[in-house]
Amino acid sequence: MSRLQRAIETGAHPLSRRNFLVVAASGGAAFGFAALGLAAIDPAKPGAPATPAAGPLFEPTIWFEIDAVGLVTVNIIRAEMGQHVGTALARILADELEADWSQVRIVHVDTDAKWGLMVTGGSWSVWQTFPIFSRAGAAGRLALIEAGAKLMGVTPSACIARDGKVISGGRSISFAEIVRRGDLSRRYTPDEMDKLPIKPVNERRLIGRPTPAIDIPAKTNGSAVYGIDAKVAGMVYARPKLPPTRYGAKVASIDDGAAKGVKGYLRSIALDDPSQTVPGWVMVIAETYPAAVRAADLVKVEWSGGDGAKVSEKDIQDHAASLIADAGAGSLLDTGGGGDVDAAFRSARSTIEATYTTASALHFQLEPVNALAFEKDGVFEIHTGNQWQSLILPTLATALDRPVTSIVMRTYLIGGGFGRRLNGDYAVPAALAAKALGRPVKMILTRADDARFDSFRSPSVQKLRMALGDNGRVLAMDHAAAAGWPTQVMAPAFMPKGANGRPYDPFAIAGADHWYEVGAQRVRAISNDLANSSFRPGWLRSVGPGWTNWAVESFIDEAAHATGADPVAFRVAHLTGKGRDAGGPPSAVGGALRQAAVVKRAAARAGWGQPLPRGVGRGVATSFGQERDMPTWVACVAQVRVDRSSGEVAVEKLTLVVDAGTIVDPDGARAQVEGAAMWGLSLALHEGTEFANGQVRDTNLDTYTPLRIADTPEIDIEFVDSAEPPVGLGEPATTVVAPAIGNAIFAAANVRLRHIPIRPDDVRTALSATS
Amino acid sequence: MISLRINGRSVAVDADEDTPLLWVVRDEIGLTGTKFGCGIGMCGACTVHVGGRATRSCITPLGAVAGADVTTIEGLDPAGQHPVQKAWISLQVPQCGYCQSGQIMQAAALLKDFPDPSDQDIDAVMTGNLCRCMTYVRIRAAIKQAAAELKGAAGRE
Repeated sequence: MSRLQRAIETGAHPLSRRNFLVVAASGGAAFGFAALGLAAIDPAKPGAPATPAAGPLFEPTIWFEIDAVGLVTVNIIRAEMGQHVGTALARILADELEADWSQVRIVHVDTDAKWGLMVTGGSWSVWQTFPIFSRAGAAGRLALIEAGAKLMGVTPSACIARDGKVISGGRSISFAEIVRRGDLSRRYTPDEMDKLPIKPVNERRLIGRPTPAIDIPAKTNGSAVYGIDAKVAGMVYARPKLPPTRYGAKVASIDDGAAKGVKGYLRSIALDDPSQTVPGWVMVIAETYPAAVRAADLVKVEWSGGDGAKVSEKDIQDHAASLIADAGAGSLLDTGGGGDVDAAFRSARSTIEATYTTASALHFQLEPVNALAFEKDGVFEIHTGNQWQSLILPTLATALDRPVTSIVMRTYLIGGGFGRRLNGDYAVPAALAAKALGRPVKMILTRADDARFDSFRSPSVQKLRMALGDNGRVLAMDHAAAAGWPTQVMAPAFMPKGANGRPYDPFAIAGADHWYEVGAQRVRAISNDLANSSFRPGWLRSVGPGWTNWAVESFIDEAAHATGADPVAFRVAHLTGKGRDAGGPPSAVGGALRQAAVVKRAAARAGWGQPLPRGVGRGVATSFGQERDMPTWVACVAQVRVDRSSGEVAVEKLTLVVDAGTIVDPDGARAQVEGAAMWGLSLALHEGTEFANGQVRDTNLDTYTPLRIADTPEIDIEFVDSAEPPVGLGEPATTVVAPAIGNAIFAAANVRLRHIPIRPDDVRTALSATS
Repeated sequence: MISLRINGRSVAVDADEDTPLLWVVRDEIGLTGTKFGCGIGMCGACTVHVGGRATRSCITPLGAVAGADVTTIEGLDPAGQHPVQKAWISLQVPQCGYCQSGQIMQAAALLKDFPDPSDQDIDAVMTGNLCRCMTYVRIRAAIKQAAAELKGAAGRE
């Protein structure tokens, strides 16, 4: 999301540098709701209103404040969904501030225009926030040193800040006392902010050191509060009755005769949605949630219309293949000049070509989507966990027909995001029902409803070709990828233009623009319009590279074998770090050479080349994570055992090496890589569904089968020690596991699988074709 | 009215017998640490103890627990310091945390049956509990740590 980052920096979004100046009486007064801080969550004290600060306050930026007893409150605009993001971000600020960590608390804030773009995704949080929070902390530190020096009657240059105190020789004064007594009127212009001295790496005291995550204790005793736990006096419960298709359905009739026998059933309402987010939804309202669930089963609704009711996975994939076959279709990525791909193929000694596919995949975040909505004091409050508030707020304004400034989204812990809650569509039906009823409505989707209208990962088709010259030299590579495009459907303003002037969804192609030196290169991104009109494609953990890298790294492996090269050696030989693959500042210093380094390191750790029993094989895969501007260099070696009679693939071990620059929170980083890698394994072997007649086939755990503990392999993770800027960690490890497994299956059983999920039947079929 | 004990407290609930215990605990009693995940007993997020046994509250009708002793995550230990909870914090197990009440209740029950669980014991019992963040590696380690603490405590007694 470097594009997003640029949009932010150019002021297209209001997260501009002016925010560093003190904002007097910000937010609350302007929007007419006084108790803005009441729902904003302090994950260390769930359920309780945030403790009011003891005045006076030192508030040099909107990002933190220090009160008169020295409590440092750091405002976090990112959603907490398991990444312990508040802890990591607060460590960045507190380190630069020289705060006493035991006096630091975090608050996950509610929506307010002053925060600018509120989005949690793309593995961007630490990468984007690091420079902002470093400077905010530095501004605070310098102001406290100046004021503290004055109080002690010494010059600022004679002082240092450390552990929440300003120290001069043998004397010191606490931040708390400076806030109480000092002159803290110092302000910084944006230019001054840019020039603030950031501490050298060897002066860091919190970044890179292990620390317990602030949000964890409450997640072990039942006190953590998620959106599904939100409540307000007088609320009623709703379960939606979902139309047969995502788009175009209209309610023809509602018969709730049978539901009237359910104790607590109130009524059913067909939603009138000017935003067209939930066309055809009927809300079944009851005094309790079980009553709403039961009543919804008895309410009979007839619908008309509905696009895509007869569309199935095969139709979507066939359509993708036909789009790829049309050389004029799609958007061309800038591959740094590219070269003449077609000429290279014409002059090639030999060519390789392969097609890779991925099945529809569900988020299946364990907390089903839900929202509590009500109007209070002229403000519409939406209580829900969400990853992209700035995206859904304007939609809510359209749906409710009221200014966006009179809507607030209250923040909650998220019981699993994985990209599902980037699409905040679930806030809309709750809000519309609350408006229609004139009372608070708490909507919860059942698991099956959640799955049916998930914004799932689109199935995809990719065709890759390589032109080879003498001695297996790579002359050119051509990659075309077709899938449903989440960004086109939900946030088209965030689509950059390709080299041929056509917009593309960066989250449906990133990864294909890899760092290998392959001569002339063409990368073509194609929107599958049949997918887009049949369901609402979503961003799923690791987005584009989660499936483009399945193709890239399987194909590179095929190329290595085709040229008689070792898969590790072939990769390293083509990660030359030349030309545009040299990388550069700010976040890609070292370029492809850092990717080559993690490949070599992972191979060494995993014992690459050492003999294995028959039926066991190792496969390697690598990636640069999510985006070229923010590369997280990852390599994975998977060791698998293939049972030739059953076709079962058992993953025995995953070895991962990650170079993510500076690691802010080492244990949190490791947890993210563990989870991301297991996601990759789950998507490779255990998950996947199928779109069938306008529905996903699998809607609950009886048939949708994510990885369980019994299939969890040993995992070995190493982080490269680096002082480069921190990049992302939540997703990159997901991108390498499926191709590493596919490549390991080839090593173990000499069969090439080109579709995920890989099922035992697929393996058996492939084995019987070769024997 | 159906009477039962929840976390040692007697309660009388005015709800239909077929109301799932999960929603009674969450919405009638107000203990929201027990979570709704799949509604068919296959994710384990709703796990509570009924008479000391790990039970999926989403598929347990209220009528079936009349007179029973129900323990939820809030009642596992008065201070939230059950050895399983301590191990979960020490090894930083939870990510999003949504399934962890159920994981912890399941693990606490497991350790009563298997004071010294092998990997196979852990996998066999815990595989009914889905963790969508896939914290499984740490769950295994934390159960062993909790078992060690329990054994140490038993040895000192």
